Amino acid sequence: MPYALCFLLFVIGLYCAVVKKNMVKIVVGILVMEYAVNLFLIMLGYRWDGIAPIIDKSYLTKGGGIAEAFVSHAVDPLPQALVLTAIVISLGSLALMISICIRTYEKYGTFDITEIRRLKG
Amino acid sequence: MNGMTIIVKTISSWVKVLIFLFGIYIVLFGHLTPGGGFAGGVILASSYVLLMLAFGRKFAEKNLSLGIASKFDCAGALLFIAVALIGLFFGAASFFYNYLQQQVEAGHETALRLVSAGTIPLSNIAIGIKVGASLFLVILTLSIFRPESSAGKKE
Amino acid sequence: MSLLFYLMLLFILIAALVAVETKNLLSSVICIGAIGFGASLMFLFLRAPDIAITQIVVEVLGLIILIRATIARDLTFIAGDREFFGTVVSVVIVFVIFLAGIEVLKTLPEFGVAVFAQTTDAASQTYLEEGLAKTGAANIVSSVILDFRAYDTLGEATVLFTSIIGATVILRKKARKKVEEADI
Repeated sequence: MPYALCFLLFVIGLYCAVVKKNMVKIVVGILVMEYAVNLFLIMLGYRWDGIAPIIDKSYLTKGGGIAEAFVSHAVDPLPQALVLTAIVISLGSLALMISICIRTYEKYGTFDITEIRRLKG
Repeated sequence: MNGMTIIVKTISSWVKVLIFLFGIYIVLFGHLTPGGGFAGGVILASSYVLLMLAFGRKFAEKNLSLGIASKFDCAGALLFIAVALIGLFFGAASFFYNYLQQQVEAGHETALRLVSAGTIPLSNIAIGIKVGASLFLVILTLSIFRPESSAGKKE
Repeated sequence: MSLLFYLMLLFILIAALVAVETKNLLSSVICIGAIGFGASLMFLFLRAPDIAITQIVVEVLGLIILIRATIARDLTFIAGDREFFGTVVSVVIVFVIFLAGIEVLKTLPEFGVAVFAQTTDAASQTYLEEGLAKTGAANIVSSVILDFRAYDTLGEATVLFTSIIGATVILRKKARKKVEEADI
C-alpha cells in the first residue's frame, strides 16, 4: 500500500509535466517525479525493526567479527548508495533547466510555451 | 544584488564560520558517521551562499571570485582521478584499488578510528571540494546574470 | 509505526497537489520545499540518515535556485485554455499508466519484507558481512559508494561537472560580441 501512494506521487508529477503550459510548472513537475523515484527506491530496502547500516562499537565482537544482530537487522545499503548520487544529480539538472528558462524569458518575454511556438523571432 | 540589514549581516558573519566548520566535519568523518563527500560539499557551498545573500553579490565575488571557484572545481575532479589512478600500480592492478587498506594495513586492527579505511577519506575530501565549488559557481552565475537583464524590475 | 508512514505520505501528497494546481508560481515553489522536507523526514524514519542529511541541504539550495528564477518575473497566471481535446487525451493516458503501474506493484513482496533477504547470494548481504573487514570503513554506505562501486561515483562526478559547465555557458553574455567584431 505505501508503494501505491508513492506511485500516485509519481503520476501527479507526470500529469503536471505533460499538461501544464507554464515553463516553471513543467520544471516543478519533473522535480516531483524525481522525489517520488528516490522515495520508492529507499522504501524497497526497508525491513521491519531495521537499523541503519552503520557499525557501532556495540556490534563489534572479539576477534574482529560483526555481531549477528547487525547482519540480520540492517536495512539494505545498496539503494541508499544509488539514491545518494541521484539526489545530487537532480540539483545539477535543476540548475540547467532553470538557466534555460531564464534565457527563454529574456528572449521572448513570457513563460508560456504556446506563445513561444508561434513567434518566429 | 544588494545585501540585507545590519542585524542579518552581524549574525551571519558569525554563523557562516560555524557552517563551514560543520561542513568540514561531515566530509572528514564520512567513513565513520553518516554524511560523506556529497552532503559535506553541499554544506560548504551553502556557507558561501549565506555570505552572498547577506552581504550582496559584489562582496562575495571579492571573497571567492568566479575564476578561483572554477579552479577549485577542476582541482577536486583531478584529485579524485589521481587517487584512483595510483591504484593501478599496486597489487591487483585495477582502477580504484584501495591500496592503502589492502596492502599497507592488512591484518591490523584499525576499525572505528579516524585514520582508517585507506583511500576512502581521500576520495571524500576530493568529492567535497568538487561539489562545493560547483554549486557555488552555478549560484553565483545565476545571480550575476540577473541585474544586467532588461526584464528585471526590482532586486 | 506504519501509521507514521501513512501520515507523512499523506502530507507529501497534499503538498504535491497544491504545487501542481495553484496559479501563483511562488506558492508552488514553496510547496516544493514542503515536499522536500517531508521526504527528508521519511528518509529518517526509513533508517537512512545519509540520505536525510543530503536531501535537506540539497532542497534548500534548490529552493534558492528556483526562487531566483520566479521572483519579479511574470507572477500572474496565464489566461486562456489549451486545446480541450489534447488535455483530455493526456489525462486519459496518464490514468491508464497509473492503473497499469498498480497491477505491476502487486507482484512485489510486501512493504517491510526486505527484497534482498529473499534471494540467496545477494550482493547486499556480502556488503554487510564483509564491508568492515575488506575496506575498514564503519559506514557501509560510504564503503559501497567509494570502494565497491566507485565507478558510479566517477560517473556522477562527470555528470555534475558537465551540467554545471552547461549552465555556465548558457548564461554567458560577453563572448558573442567579440567573435562578431573580429570578423569585421
